[in-house]
Amino acid sequence: MRKPPIIRPAPGQLTSKDKLDLYYFLRLARECDNAILRLYKQGKIVGGAYTGNGNEATAVGSAYALEAHDYLLPMHRDLGAHLVKGQTLRNIFLQQLGRAESLTRGRDGTGHYADPALRIYGNVSHLAAMIPVAVGIALAATMRNEQAVVMNYIGDGGSNVGDFHEGLNMAAVMKLPFVLLIENNQYAYSTPVVRQTAAVKYSDRALGYGMPGLTIDGTDVMAVYDACKEAVDRARRGGGPTLIESVTMRMQGHSASDDASYVPKEMLDAWKKKDPILLFERELVRQQILNDEGRRALEDNVRRKIEEAVREAESSPYPDGPEAAEGVYAP
Amino acid sequence: MGTMTYIEAIGRGMWEEMDRDSSVFLLGEDIGAYGGAFKATKGFLERFGPGRVIDTTLSEAAILGAAVGAALVGMRPIVEMQFADFVTCGFNQLVTNAAKAHYRWHLPVPMVVRLPSGGYIHGGPYHSASPEGWFFHVPGLKIVAPSTAEDARGLMKAAIRDNNPVLYLESKYLYRRVKGEVSGSEVLVEIGTGTVRRAGGDIALITYGSTVQPSLEAADRLAREEGIETKVVDLRTLKPLDTGLILDAARGAGKVLIVHEANLTGGLGGEIAALIADRAFAHLDAPVKRLAGLDTPVPFAPPLEEFVLPNQEKIFKALQELSRY
Repeated sequence: MRKPPIIRPAPGQLTSKDKLDLYYFLRLARECDNAILRLYKQGKIVGGAYTGNGNEATAVGSAYALEAHDYLLPMHRDLGAHLVKGQTLRNIFLQQLGRAESLTRGRDGTGHYADPALRIYGNVSHLAAMIPVAVGIALAATMRNEQAVVMNYIGDGGSNVGDFHEGLNMAAVMKLPFVLLIENNQYAYSTPVVRQTAAVKYSDRALGYGMPGLTIDGTDVMAVYDACKEAVDRARRGGGPTLIESVTMRMQGHSASDDASYVPKEMLDAWKKKDPILLFERELVRQQILNDEGRRALEDNVRRKIEEAVREAESSPYPDGPEAAEGVYAP
Repeated sequence: MGTMTYIEAIGRGMWEEMDRDSSVFLLGEDIGAYGGAFKATKGFLERFGPGRVIDTTLSEAAILGAAVGAALVGMRPIVEMQFADFVTCGFNQLVTNAAKAHYRWHLPVPMVVRLPSGGYIHGGPYHSASPEGWFFHVPGLKIVAPSTAEDARGLMKAAIRDNNPVLYLESKYLYRRVKGEVSGSEVLVEIGTGTVRRAGGDIALITYGSTVQPSLEAADRLAREEGIETKVVDLRTLKPLDTGLILDAARGAGKVLIVHEANLTGGLGGEIAALIADRAFAHLDAPVKRLAGLDTPVPFAPPLEEFVLPNQEKIFKALQELSRY
């Protein structure tokens, strides 16, 4: 098999163009989430609305470490990862609005879609249930010598489901090209992380599986990239899986119907100072990669693209009711 | 091809398909060097190598989930659950991921889950499960349950080639007790088709799996002793049901007995009876009767197990009673 191209830079080697790309995706993810919340408030979203506010650096920085032929199995806080992997805004909003032309043809919502061409396989609501599935994709990729890596995401809550243990253990024993990112955003719905685990760090679990584990600052997009790129490279070399805990904060409720009043205000205030987008923007300005003019142009671009995608999705029809009876079985 | 046992025919079906299609592979506990708890995959490691005969960790959820993942990207895994009972540990992967993937994502999930099922082997409450009822209710799954060596091979080949998750119920009791002629290489058994094992116009007996043979024996005895002829239908596929065959049999005989090893309440018999009541009511001369395992766990000691599960004697009595209605 021909060696698939590797284009992402080594850890610590992000170029100015890469950094601007990362910044673009951070802003795009945040603005998409804001647009989804607006649509929710207008009563246009079908079902719940889930945002990744506070999680953008983790989602964007990690997915940026993947190549086109790598597999992404994200969860509901990872819109940025979908976008980095190449998903269009149109498809994102068609999914949110449950339209006929969406990737699931209205059968499922939000990020619960698969796009095999982009090698994205979305989550189910039982988030940890996708860990063994991701491991199976890594197994298939290995059997076919694809030299592909599978990156999968779970939360501080989902990490306590049995599938987490079974999947990671199997991946380690089989030495599969697999990276599991725990997005520790302090709350699983209303339950704080101290009520989910007695351990100091989730990444300590890696020791029990015989794989490398590390905890990183999930608000620092470049740190996330470097850690993930190293893990992806190791996996691709045949070095087996890695467990990465990325520490962030869920800045909004579990879903749009949750006011998150159980989160102490002081905690939110402290994390606001660590907003991943503001932090990175400051760094780009310091490195003279970004100026006011460049930022405004990018903001206009992002806004225009989102408006256009929302407009297209809103004017797209719902599926016909009777279509619901079709496609339970594959031909 | 000659005569072989039911379990040899299961292996034969897998072997031929692995020979034919390099995307078919095996995943399970102790299936490689050991050849499986029941030796269904004996010799596979030597023939196909560790890349395609994969011994796993003791992790039913991970095994089933990994099979879903591999199937989603174009492989055709065959999973062995060591005993059907243990599929409960991976239930979520089957109902949440395998069953719904095509509906949501329009992607095929071609995987086979082998479920060594049923009792009559004194396995007790955790080695005797008849799991079909748990999955019968789940849209997106298919379920097959062969009763002969020929069907064991034919249905295995069809299940492997099917683009959906197929639960393959293999009766442990039949493994080495059933032997039969198995035909040449391209004979498949179409999923969704039952067959008539015995002709008869007085009663229709609808059954599958482990209770086919005792049903045939009971029908012969009733003919011998009382001259009453029973048609015996072997469903072979439980999901989707061969509704045409069921209704034809019910309409033809007017009296119907449904027999299965799995316990009564919530079992397939209820669905079949409802189907007949709905669509063959005018042809019935008697209430549709069901004979099934008792609504208990399957117990360990032989007299207890015998009391719980259907057998030839119980089927004979049920037929006799129905004939006198």
